[in-house]
Amino acid sequence: MSISVSNISKSYDAVKALQDISFEVKSGELFGLIGPDGAGKTSLFRILTTLLLANEGTATVAGFDVVKDYKKIRNSVGYMPGKFSLYQDLTVEENLTFFATTFGTTIQENYDLIQEIYVQIEPFKNRRAGKLSGGMKQKLALCCALIHKPKVLFLDEPTTGVDPVSRKEFWEMLKRLQQKGITILVSTPYMDEAALCDRIALIQDGKILQIDTPQAIVKHYPKQIYNVSATNTYELTNALKAYEYSHSVYPFGEFVHYTDQRSDFNPTELKAYLESKNLSDLVIEKTKVTIEDTFMELAK
Amino acid sequence: MDNDKVIQVEGLTKMFGDFTAVDAITFDVKKGEIFGFLGANGAGKTTAMKMLIGISIPTAGTANVAGFDVFKQAEDIKKNIGYMSQKFALYDDLTVKENITFFGGIYGLSRNVIKEKSDVLITELGLQKVANQLVASLPLGWKQKLSFSVALIHDPKIVFLDEPTGGVDPITRRQFWEMIYKAANEGTTVFVTTHYMDEAEYCDRVSIMVNGKIEALDTPKKLKKQFNAATMNDVFLKLARG
Ligand SMILES: Nc1ncnc2c1ncn2[C@@H]1O[C@H](COP(=O)(O)OP(=O)(O)OP(=O)(O)O)[C@@H](O)[C@H]1O
Ligand SMILES: [Mg+2]
Repeated sequence: MSISVSNISKSYDAVKALQDISFEVKSGELFGLIGPDGAGKTSLFRILTTLLLANEGTATVAGFDVVKDYKKIRNSVGYMPGKFSLYQDLTVEENLTFFATTFGTTIQENYDLIQEIYVQIEPFKNRRAGKLSGGMKQKLALCCALIHKPKVLFLDEPTTGVDPVSRKEFWEMLKRLQQKGITILVSTPYMDEAALCDRIALIQDGKILQIDTPQAIVKHYPKQIYNVSATNTYELTNALKAYEYSHSVYPFGEFVHYTDQRSDFNPTELKAYLESKNLSDLVIEKTKVTIEDTFMELAK
Repeated sequence: MDNDKVIQVEGLTKMFGDFTAVDAITFDVKKGEIFGFLGANGAGKTTAMKMLIGISIPTAGTANVAGFDVFKQAEDIKKNIGYMSQKFALYDDLTVKENITFFGGIYGLSRNVIKEKSDVLITELGLQKVANQLVASLPLGWKQKLSFSVALIHDPKIVFLDEPTGGVDPITRRQFWEMIYKAANEGTTVFVTTHYMDEAEYCDRVSIMVNGKIEALDTPKKLKKQFNAATMNDVFLKLARG
């Protein structure tokens, strides 16, 4: 086991940030923590990277105990915190050199690990970090967390603010790091990214709701989802919400995802209802469940 | 000025030294429109937005926002627009109520009006229980909904939102867009950036910036057709890296 968490709890005054959390991450696994802001993900990251003490429970990372062996853990893990840890008044290159030197390595030595992301900010390597755009900062922070070739990589919302093209490249890079034997624990608010993990834990209010492969989690979804569209999405959403049999109504890009309370739901009836609400160009068709649907159903 | 157009931009440019962050962009936004301002990291979205709201002086070009010139009438622009910055736009060490009062005061609203607005807003957002808590203690999604409402407190003609839903959970993100729709329905123009491509679908029109230039601008439907793509995500992937 690369990461092992047993019965971890953490409270801040009255707030229970983590309640009796247990899970294991295998060596070389890409494991996702999926949950809303405030679910306790960051507290968990901080406990596993030895920056915060739990009230109860134990945890090991790369075989080391997070309390007793904290020094060894710090040398063998990389951590990219959700909030920037960059030096705003150092340049891009100086930030990276600083992190490399701290761990007794150089940019050249592990350049292959960061190359794909770094080439995108390299043209600006003499610019101060404080003057980078939001997403460019995220990319630099990731390079800094990787530059000492860690065994275990902790990434707390690494792609928040990152554009879709870069997100895609970023995940391709994570897959490649994984092939080099690095274990990765990553949190994300993007549900399409959850689908790219080997296993995910859905967490909310400090508790784990489900742990499984993304494929299995999607299978547990209890209902048939319908894609609904009409000329006016805003009015369509309102009409669907007002429908007496509606179970859930969520805009999903160009469609609205709709589920019905009844098991013998008949789309024709819904169509008639929507027509009576003056909606036109109606389409109602079955669609596949995504992690985002599952998450919203559990979080409801 | 054409009454229907609340933002008119021509050849707008911003240079930092010899680096061109925004490169002669030209476009219009109509009243009540939800205008999606997309682009890759570093494309120049935030820089362009800062010129439009009158806090950064353009290097070249012209822009008229809410009827005012960005060069000569920056102060009038600020009074007539709302802005939510990419970083958090409220004071963490003030309570929910204090933040509302503070921003209401900045926009010169009277005490009575602020009190009234504050009550309505707190009720609408369901923040009654946390009204006297520090904003720092709220989940991100709540903060973002609150700062959107605060950006609207003086009934601005246009509201500028720079990545308002970044990192926000799926349910709250959708609630946020309901608020956007509502504001637009009431006639407020919404100018918004996002990296969530499902949200691009909710915009009336969308522009995509690449290296400081606007490379595409149309309704999501037409853009998908133009680039022969099934989703806005695919449109973005085809375009954004230039
Ligand atoms: N004050 C400044 N001095 C020098 N360069 C700057 C300054 N502000 C912004 N830039 C540069 O201008 C470019 C555009 O930045 P901007 O913040 O507008 O991008 P963006 O489209 O908002 O990106 P993101 O999606 O990451 O937020 C970047 O290369 C950035 O580093
Ligand atoms: Mg920006």
